[in-house]
Amino acid sequence: MTAPIETTGAQAEAQPEAVLVGVDKGQIEGRSLGQIAWSRFKKDKVAVAGGVIVILLVLLAVLSRPIQAMFGLDPNALHQDLIDPNTSLPKGDFGGMSWDHPLGVEPKFGRDIATRILEGSWVSLVVAFGATILSNTIGAVLGVVAGYYGGRVDTIISRLMDTFLAFPLLLFAIAISATLQGGAFGLEGLPLHISVLIFVIGFFNWPYLGRIVRGQTLALREREFVDASRGMGARGPYILFRELLPNLVGPIIVYSTLLIPTNILFEASLSFLGVGIQPPQASWGGMLNQAVDFYQVDPQYMIVPGLAIFVTVLAFNLLGDGLRDALDPRSR
Amino acid sequence: MISYILRRTFAAVILLLVVTAVTFAIFFLLPRMAGQTADQLAQQYIGKSPTKADIAAVKQNLGLDEPLYAQYWHFIKGIVAGATYDLGPTTAHCDAPCFGYSFKNHVAVWPQLTSRLPVTISLAAGAAVMWLVSGVVIGVISALKPRSFFDRAFMGVALAGVSLPMFFTGNLALLLFTYQWPIFGRTYVPFTENPAQWANTLFPAWCSLALLYSAIYARLTRSGMLETMNEDFIRTARAKGLRERRVVARHGLRAALTPIITVFGMDLGLLLGGAVITETVFSLPGIGQYAVQGITDNDLPPILGVTLLAAFFVVIANLLVDLLYAAADPRVRLS
Repeated sequence: MTAPIETTGAQAEAQPEAVLVGVDKGQIEGRSLGQIAWSRFKKDKVAVAGGVIVILLVLLAVLSRPIQAMFGLDPNALHQDLIDPNTSLPKGDFGGMSWDHPLGVEPKFGRDIATRILEGSWVSLVVAFGATILSNTIGAVLGVVAGYYGGRVDTIISRLMDTFLAFPLLLFAIAISATLQGGAFGLEGLPLHISVLIFVIGFFNWPYLGRIVRGQTLALREREFVDASRGMGARGPYILFRELLPNLVGPIIVYSTLLIPTNILFEASLSFLGVGIQPPQASWGGMLNQAVDFYQVDPQYMIVPGLAIFVTVLAFNLLGDGLRDALDPRSR
Repeated sequence: MISYILRRTFAAVILLLVVTAVTFAIFFLLPRMAGQTADQLAQQYIGKSPTKADIAAVKQNLGLDEPLYAQYWHFIKGIVAGATYDLGPTTAHCDAPCFGYSFKNHVAVWPQLTSRLPVTISLAAGAAVMWLVSGVVIGVISALKPRSFFDRAFMGVALAGVSLPMFFTGNLALLLFTYQWPIFGRTYVPFTENPAQWANTLFPAWCSLALLYSAIYARLTRSGMLETMNEDFIRTARAKGLRERRVVARHGLRAALTPIITVFGMDLGLLLGGAVITETVFSLPGIGQYAVQGITDNDLPPILGVTLLAAFFVVIANLLVDLLYAAADPRVRLS
């Protein structure tokens, strides 16, 4: 479409296309992609709120054991004196809330709910982060290899992804956790349960990121900088890990952030079903498992761990959504 | 078309073989790799406090001492042709398809699965209708007016929906609507006995399941619709003078629905193989609950049977989706 010709004489002088106002003090600074994403992210108040909660939660999880040591808290300490022996429910209103036990005590054993939530936080996050790192490492490597090499390699890896996506994930996880319950790889107790959870959750989840990375690599490998690198004599592994992967950091971060909440829910589900973290070790899913027996008479015990899971998962989801919008404006 | 169907069916059969191999590996190979002895593994197939003779019998019946390929052969042969187990004084028949035999409860797993299937189908079908309708409608409304009040409100609720654990919302629903205000029934009633009571008991479970899934589907539909409504063919449809409603329904939604159908097939297949958590929370005697019972009883064969069945359902659902695709979209057949 051609622009109509202006014929009003005086205004028809040559004009600069854009006028920069107030830049006479110095040069305009160039901004990297990261800076642009950060400035976009900052404007998204909900995502920032999610990010702040995530940071607080991670701090809480990291400092969980030190906090317990500092205040002399013990997640497995029994407080039978706070339990009504006739009903085995906590004495007092709201599940036995008091200054000493701000979130109440659990029925039957009288263990402090707040301390158990604190103890459960690190278990939850260690499993979720571990599983995410495991599955996204496999996914990123296989995805970039499939996308870059194409051909038969791509066919094999893509079929593998389809196959993994067809597995009944939860049931496989239940089955593996159940068969390895007795002991495996010389591990026992909590380290065993945590490693088994990381393995079962992480090992089957990789095709989700794998597909995304493969798709992005298909587009990236045609770009000039890859050709240039190849022209300078770079070969397969160098191009994969030094040229392609750094350009895929954005989507990998986004989908890691979005996979963590899924994995938190997964861990909680398995512990809820009794194949994850085993009592007496505190875990959020395990607490809900025990709360089910009491929810009609002591709903407090169910609501606290339920809300803990909800807030954590929601915060990670908000952060992930915000990061995705900031790093990939097309997805808005 | 026929060659396409044959190819897809062949691929599905291969996938089934792979899935049975992986299931076999999880139940028989992985524990051994992790350092368990054949005795320890056999013990897991009997449950708590077995005698020495029990362990030896199970070990012999499952061939746990034999080489791996022989064990796998027993496993596949059982599924196809059935199996007979020698239990000291008596023998137990496990008719084909033998999805395992619970040495602890002295029952074959397959009849248990089929008797529980109607419950799981009731749960999955009811919830699927609810989430598909609500999810797609909400997704379309949100996509047509992006960044509007409704869009933000719906997507906020959807985000909360995916962040809520099923075993929390489910129990909350039970607490509120069966104890605090007893509107809904607590024990499952088969459809053939009393359809009204059937729906009444299942309703809270449907809603809890639908809340989770409709949130996912609303987000999927929204992003799909946002993408398709920017396509050239939408502009063409508008330029032809079609009404906006027709453009959205016939041109936009139709294109946006295809990926949703794929996901739907997978989800439905998975759910039919046992909605483990939902059935546990709402005490529905379905397939998933059978697996959980296996966990609590320390009885592996039920878990093995449910896992196999779920894998079968997923593979079959995948095949059906592929065939539906081909029927709807001629381009798929040719590629």
